[in-house]
Amino acid sequence: MSDTHQHSIRFVRESMLPEQEPPATERGVIKWMRENMFSNIPNGILTLIALYAVYAILSGLLPWLLNGIWDAPSIRACREILDGQTGGCFAVLTERWNQLLFGFKYPNHLYWRPTVAFVLLFVAIAPVLFYNTFPRQMLIFTALYPFVAYWLIWGGSILVPIFALVGFGVGYIVYSKYVAQSFAMGFFGGIAGALVTWWLTGMIPVEGVLAMEAVPSRDMGGFMLNLILGTVCVSLSIPFGIALALGRQSDMPFIKWICVVFIEFIRGVPLITLLFVASVVLAYFLPPGTNFDLILRVIIMITMFASAYIAEVIRGGLAALPKGQYEAADSLGLDYAQSMRLIILPQALKISIPGIVNVAVGLFKDTTLVSVISMFDLVGMIRGPILASTEWNGVYWELLGFASFLFFITCYGISQYSQWLERQLNTDHR
Amino acid sequence: MTTLSDPPRESFRLSMLLNDTRYRSYTFQFIALLCVIALFSFLGYNLVKNLQAAGLNISYKFLGETSNYDINQTLIDYSSQSTHWRAAVVGVLNTLLVAFLACVTATIIGVVAGVLRLSKNWLISKLMAVYVEAFRNVPVLIWIIIIFTVMTAVLPQPRDFRGENATASMWFDAVAFTNRGVYIPKPVLESGGMAVVIVFLLSIVGVFAYRRYATKLLYATGKMLPTGWPTLAILFVPALLTYFVLGKPISLEMPVLAGFNFKGGINILGSLIALWFALAIYTGAFIAENVRAGIQAVSRGQTEAAASLGLRPGRIMNLVILPQALRVIIPPLISNYLNITKNSSLAIAVGYMDITGTLGGITLNQTGRAIEAILLLMAFYLAISLAISFIMNIYNSKMKLKER
Repeated sequence: MSDTHQHSIRFVRESMLPEQEPPATERGVIKWMRENMFSNIPNGILTLIALYAVYAILSGLLPWLLNGIWDAPSIRACREILDGQTGGCFAVLTERWNQLLFGFKYPNHLYWRPTVAFVLLFVAIAPVLFYNTFPRQMLIFTALYPFVAYWLIWGGSILVPIFALVGFGVGYIVYSKYVAQSFAMGFFGGIAGALVTWWLTGMIPVEGVLAMEAVPSRDMGGFMLNLILGTVCVSLSIPFGIALALGRQSDMPFIKWICVVFIEFIRGVPLITLLFVASVVLAYFLPPGTNFDLILRVIIMITMFASAYIAEVIRGGLAALPKGQYEAADSLGLDYAQSMRLIILPQALKISIPGIVNVAVGLFKDTTLVSVISMFDLVGMIRGPILASTEWNGVYWELLGFASFLFFITCYGISQYSQWLERQLNTDHR
Repeated sequence: MTTLSDPPRESFRLSMLLNDTRYRSYTFQFIALLCVIALFSFLGYNLVKNLQAAGLNISYKFLGETSNYDINQTLIDYSSQSTHWRAAVVGVLNTLLVAFLACVTATIIGVVAGVLRLSKNWLISKLMAVYVEAFRNVPVLIWIIIIFTVMTAVLPQPRDFRGENATASMWFDAVAFTNRGVYIPKPVLESGGMAVVIVFLLSIVGVFAYRRYATKLLYATGKMLPTGWPTLAILFVPALLTYFVLGKPISLEMPVLAGFNFKGGINILGSLIALWFALAIYTGAFIAENVRAGIQAVSRGQTEAAASLGLRPGRIMNLVILPQALRVIIPPLISNYLNITKNSSLAIAVGYMDITGTLGGITLNQTGRAIEAILLLMAFYLAISLAISFIMNIYNSKMKLKER
């Protein structure tokens, strides 16, 4: 080193000091707590209040959960076992498990059928939900699934779903034959083909051909009913919703007017009134002697309800597309059907996914309303047969908590999936 | 004169109805019209045949007949001798009552939860996230039933308030929570009581006038008047003065235990409370998300710009962030109000007598006039939702960004 300072300064440090640890209050957990929980006095007070609230909730909930009784024949037996201690009477869930899931009329020895249908549901929707991970060939099974599931849950002759499938097949063949000429011709031709096939096959007697034991619709119940209503109505309402949204954007005043009136009417009334229509009024409007079962009427009404909401979501997506996209499609010489199918709808639907999922979650929650028109879905089962029975009269919290838990995991799962999908589809470069 | 782009004028051929874009839309609309007419005449024909077979007709005469049923919670005079129409009006008022209460409560809960969810306090923001997710993802019907169960099965019976060693007691000797509802004191207006109410209402107007004057003065001269304590003073001093000058003309009628039940005061039924709070906390979770999205929609640059002007955090929130966030928050907020009104029809699950319970419930079952009753019910909800969306359109066009 140079000795420039040798005379003026007594001491010059020539090597770095070793790094010291930050002070205890500036590192690790303490720092994090100081910054995120006790940054100033009001925050500290809030934190303490929140901690107390969490403690109060958990101290009430945890003993109840952990000390619960899972095996007892009735509430009295359960209370005897508990002997004055805090604890949940979860035995009701184990004892009435099948009723909660399948309703109280579904034949016991057939529980395996809806269970298989439920498991297959995941196989069927997996290639739709995670289209990158699963092979595309699985989509064939997805297309077949509605028919398989119908046959499994309702039973009856296997010919019924097969004929239905054949109708769709004929419709598709007619469609692909004419679609080259014009989309409208292919579309309506396809519908006509399917209808003719169904009409013809309807005349073939199917009683007992390769039949499983049939279960009438009125025997469906429990969480199964919620799942059936939810999946069927959501999947049916998406195509109807798209059609309504396109109709509302259409240049043809009459078509636009029909769609506006339909959408605004449905969105203006509560679902309960529509369910009332299904249960007491709809029969007046059908030909005398027709005997629609209630579940089918409810599916029609809920589908109408959901399609109006989905139409509004998709309309938002259509409106959000820049006008240049429409003009670009026109300038390529695409006609209306082509431009919608190839340019507009793929983008508009992508924008609308979060909204559609919101509607789907809301609809799935709303399927509980069918308990009001005395159908025995999960809530209907709990309020009706189970709480009214002498064994389990008064086991409110265990049952309602279970119902909330089932709905929570389903709806939370769906919304988490939609957030994940949004990130996946986010292809614009930001 | 014709331009080059005009198509050559051909004579009209029938095939042009399908292939020529000029005429095709008319064809489609005509087909649609035919389909709609066919559908409606099919439904109408069936309706007429079914009604004939059942020996019924469509008539609203039942609205004028005696209802013969009681309603346990009414805002206007009603007895079982009143007409079905009167019962329907009681139901409408009950619907509006619970919808109003739930809207106010949901807004308060939602705004608090939404702001707290953005708090820098980790614990608080996580707790609010848990609240929002837990309540959004469980059907409102289950929440209504849960709170109704608390109100009817957990709260003590009126007789538990009785005797030396009562197991339950009233709050401040004024509020009693029983399984037959909550009893609260009832204000009784004696002579001159009206004057106090009027003075209080006038003071509210006065507060607005004062605040307006303060703003005007601030903009005109830059002088800032205090708004905190004068507001309180204007609000309470005149009313209290009149109250004491006129000799305490307003008294409270306390609920007291008499016989097997409480007498006096106002009885709020458990079903109303269940519906009110379930709708409020359920919709509050949705509103919290809207509020959060609205505040996050204001770009950070706005906060920083305001801070660089030297505004304090409270003023940044009031003067810069909130006015911009409200533009994003209010439209979904109003549609949430609409949802509350529609969801209040779930009253029928807990036996609260709203319009669905009276007109769509007991009246329908007693008279068997299903079509008429449900049409009327739908018309009522439709009128409310159209009115609310009308208000929303006015608001939207007023609040639209004025772009140059």
